[in-house]
Amino acid sequence: MAFAAFSSQAAPSTDPVARRRSPVALFLLLPGILYLVLFFLTPLVSLLLTSFQAPREFGDIGQFDYAFRWQNYVEVVTTYWPHIARSFGYALAATFFALLISYPLAYFIGVKARRWPLLQSLMLVLVIAPFFISFLLRTLAWKQLFSDESFVVQSLKALSLLGPEAHVTGTAFSVIFGLTYNFIPFMTLPLYTTLERLDLRYLEAGNDLYASPFHVFRKVTIPLSMPGIVAGTLLTFIPAAGDYINASRDFLGGTGTQMMGNVIEANFLVLQNFPAAAALSIILMTVILVIVSIYVKRSGTEDLL
Amino acid sequence: MKLSLGKWLLPVYSGLALLFLMIPIGYTFVYSFNDSLKSNITWQGFTFDKWLNVCNVQNGAVCQAFGNSLFIGAVATVAATTLGTMIAIAIVRYRFKFRSQTSLLLFLPMATPEVVLGAGLAAQFLSVGVPKDMLTIILAHTMFCISFVVVTVKARVASLDPALEEAGRDLYGSAAQVFARITFPLLLPGILAAALLSFALSFDDFIITNFNSGAVSTFPKYIYISAARGIPAEANVLASMVFIIAIIVVVTVQVSGAAKARRLAKLS
Repeated sequence: MAFAAFSSQAAPSTDPVARRRSPVALFLLLPGILYLVLFFLTPLVSLLLTSFQAPREFGDIGQFDYAFRWQNYVEVVTTYWPHIARSFGYALAATFFALLISYPLAYFIGVKARRWPLLQSLMLVLVIAPFFISFLLRTLAWKQLFSDESFVVQSLKALSLLGPEAHVTGTAFSVIFGLTYNFIPFMTLPLYTTLERLDLRYLEAGNDLYASPFHVFRKVTIPLSMPGIVAGTLLTFIPAAGDYINASRDFLGGTGTQMMGNVIEANFLVLQNFPAAAALSIILMTVILVIVSIYVKRSGTEDLL
Repeated sequence: MKLSLGKWLLPVYSGLALLFLMIPIGYTFVYSFNDSLKSNITWQGFTFDKWLNVCNVQNGAVCQAFGNSLFIGAVATVAATTLGTMIAIAIVRYRFKFRSQTSLLLFLPMATPEVVLGAGLAAQFLSVGVPKDMLTIILAHTMFCISFVVVTVKARVASLDPALEEAGRDLYGSAAQVFARITFPLLLPGILAAALLSFALSFDDFIITNFNSGAVSTFPKYIYISAARGIPAEANVLASMVFIIAIIVVVTVQVSGAAKARRLAKLS
């Protein structure tokens, strides 16, 4: 599945099959590769070209000509730097909390529950269960649960943990909460795949050498589960940074919580300022690519898939 | 005392984490029975009505969107599964030039935020002058599903014992016969898993769809647009139905897989 893509342990590095050279390979590869070139690679180039477009002289809204207007980038950064900062800040916070919630859960499923395969598979089904219900409805459910009239908010107010005029929805808290919730399965699954293979004898060896449980965890368990941690954090961070559902005003966000995705959407679909939307997309993509390439450098391209 | 606390801490924590994951699902399910009129926000009383007359609301707009999503998901799944399976076989079985570039090209769509994929395709359709409709949605969905199919099927191809196909060839099976009678049936579980994943990804996709759908409605898009004025309980009904079907499918696959493993274990 998706998480296997980022988990270097997923692909066995030794290849038992002697690979042949044959024209069949070309026949098998060409249609799919051409498709991706046409509908993935060219659109990215298209996006790059659009990001440098200049408004047409005496043109209507939404009319642009190809140019090399690099000022587009300066303009979007000066206009939208809070959105850019929020995108990466919120995504980072959500990744951190998702890791905090997922690691013990994945550890329990992958290590402690090994003796009970049925419990293990039941828990895994529950981890992926949120995928089977609409992402938007899940997020809306939290919005209703956190609305001002809701039981949760009323109780918090009754206990004076929340001011009488305070809201939960529309705040940075609720956006980060939503992002964390929505991407927990993406964090838990790759963690589970590495922890499930964790050789417990290493932990025993640590105990035998009089290391404290905490020390064993820090020096043995964490390093051995690093592939899962890397895969999980990437799989959470990337979609979280680009997400605009959680931060949307109709969902968990407010005017002060808009992220890059929201302004890309608004510029593209509402304001028809295509170059601004494209420039923001390119910035987002570049940052993600830098992060991913650091990871690729560590593990090589063969392990990507 | 300290020992028993440590022993119970992790299971209790895990149970709570799973419970946390279930909260919005339970909420959506419960509110599908809400006797609400237009917006489904406050509890008005219990009714089976929404389940029995799902399509009656707003002249069937929910069901129209739901049907579109099913159709788009089906077409995109067939296209992506075909293209992706072919690539997966080629990657595991054959040597070819530009191998690492191919891996990178297959990996990148999964590492690209959806909003970038959506905006990129929309920019391309705009510059070429293609009107956005059902076709552009299907083209977009097929694109982002291919990589996931490759990853899923590739694992299956890699675990396939080449000796089985060799045996087929030794028995004078033609290349086509060997593929149809040996390779394909053995790959089928992987291909089906990939198809299910593709369908799930396509069905629940909102962001890429929103950029490339024009006036066409899909189920997630319908929810997004109605979010501002309140979502009818019928949407909850449809989502709950999908959820129940998906859970049944997954549990069936798990149980039959476990039974198969047990049979194989007995044989050896």
